[in-house]
Amino acid sequence: MSSQATTQPQPRRYLAYARRSLLVSIWFAILTFPIIVIRANTITGTITWRWHNIGWIVGGTFVGSWIWRYFLERKRAGAAATMGPLRQRLAASRAIVAQAVRRPAVARGGIAALLLLVVAFPFVGGMYQTNIMTTALLYVVLGLGLNIIIGLGGMLHIGYIAFYALGAYSYALLNFHFGLNFWLALPVGALVGGLFSLAIGIPVLRLRGDYLAIVTLAFAEITRLVLENWSSLTFGTAGIRNIPRPAIAGIRLTLPQTTTFVYFIMILMVALTIFVVNRLENSRIGRQFVAMKEDFIACQAMGVNIARTKLAALGLGGMWAGLAGVVFAARTTFINPASFTVWESIIVLCTVVLGGMGSIPGVITGALVLILVPEYLRAFAQFRMLLFGAVLVTMMVFRPGGLIQKRRRAYTISAQEKQVAGEIGDPGIQG
Amino acid sequence: MNYFLGLFVSGLTRGSIYALLALGYTMVYGIIELINFAHGEIYMIGAFTALILASVLSIAGLDAISILVIASLVAMIYSAAYGFTMEKIAYKPVRNSQRLSALISAIGMSLFLQNYVRLAQTSNFLPFPTLIPRFGFLQQLTFQVTSAQFVIFVTTTVVMILLTLLIKFTRIGKSMRAASQDKTMAMLLGVNVNRVIALTFIIGSATAALGGVLISSFTGQINFYIGFMAGIKAFVAAVLGGIGSIPGAVLGSFVLGWTESFGAGYISSDYEDVFAFAILVLILIFKPSGLLGRPENKKV
Amino acid sequence: MVLDVRGLTMDFGGLRAVDHVDLQVNEGEIVALIGPNGAGKTTFFNCVTGMYVPTAGTVTIARPGTDARQITRMRPHLITAQGLARTFQNIRLFSEMTVLENVMIGRDCRLSAGILGAIVRNRKTVAEEKQVVLDSYAMLEMVGIGRWANETAKNLPYGAQRRLEIARALATEPFLLLLDEPAAGMNPQETRDLVALIRRLRTDHHLSIFLIEHDMSLVMTLSERIYVMDYGKLIAVGDPGEVRRDPSVIKAYLGEDVSA
Ligand SMILES: Nc1ncnc2c1ncn2[C@@H]1O[C@H](COP(=O)(O)OP(=O)(O)OP(=O)(O)O)[C@@H](O)[C@H]1O
Ligand SMILES: [Mg+2]
Repeated sequence: MSSQATTQPQPRRYLAYARRSLLVSIWFAILTFPIIVIRANTITGTITWRWHNIGWIVGGTFVGSWIWRYFLERKRAGAAATMGPLRQRLAASRAIVAQAVRRPAVARGGIAALLLLVVAFPFVGGMYQTNIMTTALLYVVLGLGLNIIIGLGGMLHIGYIAFYALGAYSYALLNFHFGLNFWLALPVGALVGGLFSLAIGIPVLRLRGDYLAIVTLAFAEITRLVLENWSSLTFGTAGIRNIPRPAIAGIRLTLPQTTTFVYFIMILMVALTIFVVNRLENSRIGRQFVAMKEDFIACQAMGVNIARTKLAALGLGGMWAGLAGVVFAARTTFINPASFTVWESIIVLCTVVLGGMGSIPGVITGALVLILVPEYLRAFAQFRMLLFGAVLVTMMVFRPGGLIQKRRRAYTISAQEKQVAGEIGDPGIQG
Repeated sequence: MNYFLGLFVSGLTRGSIYALLALGYTMVYGIIELINFAHGEIYMIGAFTALILASVLSIAGLDAISILVIASLVAMIYSAAYGFTMEKIAYKPVRNSQRLSALISAIGMSLFLQNYVRLAQTSNFLPFPTLIPRFGFLQQLTFQVTSAQFVIFVTTTVVMILLTLLIKFTRIGKSMRAASQDKTMAMLLGVNVNRVIALTFIIGSATAALGGVLISSFTGQINFYIGFMAGIKAFVAAVLGGIGSIPGAVLGSFVLGWTESFGAGYISSDYEDVFAFAILVLILIFKPSGLLGRPENKKV
Repeated sequence: MVLDVRGLTMDFGGLRAVDHVDLQVNEGEIVALIGPNGAGKTTFFNCVTGMYVPTAGTVTIARPGTDARQITRMRPHLITAQGLARTFQNIRLFSEMTVLENVMIGRDCRLSAGILGAIVRNRKTVAEEKQVVLDSYAMLEMVGIGRWANETAKNLPYGAQRRLEIARALATEPFLLLLDEPAAGMNPQETRDLVALIRRLRTDHHLSIFLIEHDMSLVMTLSERIYVMDYGKLIAVGDPGEVRRDPSVIKAYLGEDVSA
């Protein structure tokens, strides 16, 4: 049916589209009618009829269905076949950019400009902007951490925020009881996050893949409930107040100064995360992660210890959440369990999925877009979660690899090395 | 003793509700191996549809019983339609992609539906009208059983029996079983797999809606968020029992219901959900395929 | 003897897929396992390589010049580390990774770099990584697909994918190579090249080879000894000539009515 449509002449094809889209919009009008049109308030016993909403639904689904069908067909036909002039030009310009970036002068210039932007931001943007950016940076670290587990290791983890919570509480509580300072709390938080992540990994090692999702979710909920109810330790829902901000010994900082200071701490942390994740990716362990994600049976047969590799991904991923949690606690100076609900985990998941699983620039883009766009487009704020949901579904249907897709690294082997390889064959199996 | 019986009955009620939801999870998982995270949302939408309809009908002046019957039926039809549409939009296009894609798509769907109801209706709790009449004979028992509890238990039992009969003895049921064993083979043998999958979603969603109406009558209030926890719990129940197995889903639901109500009654009600999750983790450690599930056997 | 299997049995619920099979492979031998579809050949492989835990029986291996070792119930990655490597009937490459990376995963069990090394990139790790690339590339050259090193594995032509599976298995430094239908889906020319490759592996690299194959001409020209399975049981063993003439083999392949 769809393949026929693509071979039909344009006007007929559009007519067919229009007919289907009309049917779809009628279906949706009926489907959404009770919820969209009628609002029942059983407290006051009133009913409001909002007939105008029908118009929105019909119009929206008509256009939506058209676009949906168009892209679905294009996806089926394969990207190459439908490479229109626009896309060709886009690809060409992308190639030019890629080539330019590879030139050392341009690359150096780009890095310098980026650095300048990053350093100047808090002074130009002011405290409000800096705060928002710091939040976004926290999500970048969370996204990159979760990316180790999901994007590289291929394990769907939906309890990631629990390690963030544990990091935050480690700092808050250790500071409260023992006066541990922020700097010492950082490694402690990372350790706590990593160890807990390992601890929940061990029981699920034997389980099939999708059970991991539910067990991690369960674990996150247990963590939150314990934080909520174990009041003698955690102060329950009231949370912990007056957590000290990061400080440098002997220097008193004003609030705006601290904000800037935290911003730079986050910049450094993001840089560190990128550095480490990038190195992990391009190493033996990174290869193991990807191979395990691709086909764990073949991976095992090739001699990779799957259990160890899974645990490594979980531990390395959990660390970053713990680390970010410490900064979060120090920045807001107040934490309570309500900040660590399942939906927080899902937002982090969204950043990874939208940006591109397994791709560092992808995850950074994803986190910045998902956190900054709702901040700046206040009108959208109430639709935020709705849109997140829609984004997840749409991405999975049309571009499961995310906005910026991971490209595998190419290795260069010199002509001389090639010749040597051709001569000796494999050193291993000769002996 | 009465305290014990009370907890027993409340566990049974919970178990029945979980079972109505867990069936949908288990059926869908049995056929397309997908954890349908949005299943709880279907239940919530069922409850909302019933609430809206009941409000309209009560203004129109119908009596409680007719309202209950009409509202439940319409809620079931609507939820079935939502389930059907959801499968077409979010699951069918990703059926051949990685497992991870389908799971994420399901989470997205869940998030979307929750907020759809939140925005179109309200984020506050709404009182749910009392639709279930009082039964006099229940008052004579030594321990407390409410009419709602009674109706919930009876309905669940009936639905369970009907479903078992459907799957065991009808043509549709046979196609479902065939598709769950081997989709390609079933297709070759002339089973319309797409239709079977759609039907599974329809049946599962209708059952969930029934659960939504009943539990809301019992708890007396709803909001857009009720589906999430209930869905997770029901999924836990399905996994406990061995996902893909219908008797397993029922058994798992009751185990979960009792764990929660006895845990809350004898240990601490603050940690009710913790008990639920803890028993899940425990059972999975000792029996990774659940109570009645067949051990997994990955073909190489 | 590099492989010695005794009384191997594998049940799937009520189905006995492998039934008390005894089988040996000697050093430097090319041995084939044949049998009709569903005879249990792949299952036998899976039991030997640890993918399935057999219901009964023992598997013993011995790297030439070392003592024999029992590997029954060992986990697959440890068995591979012992020197057994395999390919899969239904090609199982890491399809999104490059061809070279696929082979690098094969090398993995011979590497020692850890997580810390990956992060700090000490000299040892860097040297090891460099060596892995070279070794893996050499492996690709050996099976003749070096020019595709940076290609994504799923984009390779079918025959090359089968070769890549072999290269990946070789990268683990096995002494015994298990090939599950290596010629399936290949054209006659590709099959001839494959035969040459397998011979070369044996003579130049002192590998013992144990293969499952449906292509009878390949089996007859290549192997020194042939085991025949039917319904999970071993029904014949011998050199190609003996097996070809064995009435029970003919019966298994052609069905009951032609048995006379
Ligand atoms: N994981 C499993 N679970 C249940 N049954 C299995 C499993 N793996 C194999 N079998 C069954 O065991 C029997 C032997 O299968 P196997 O794949 O070993 O045959 P084979 O000899 O390799 O056949 P072919 O030549 O078609 O590859 C078959 O009946 C098959 O259905
Ligand atoms: Mg086979």
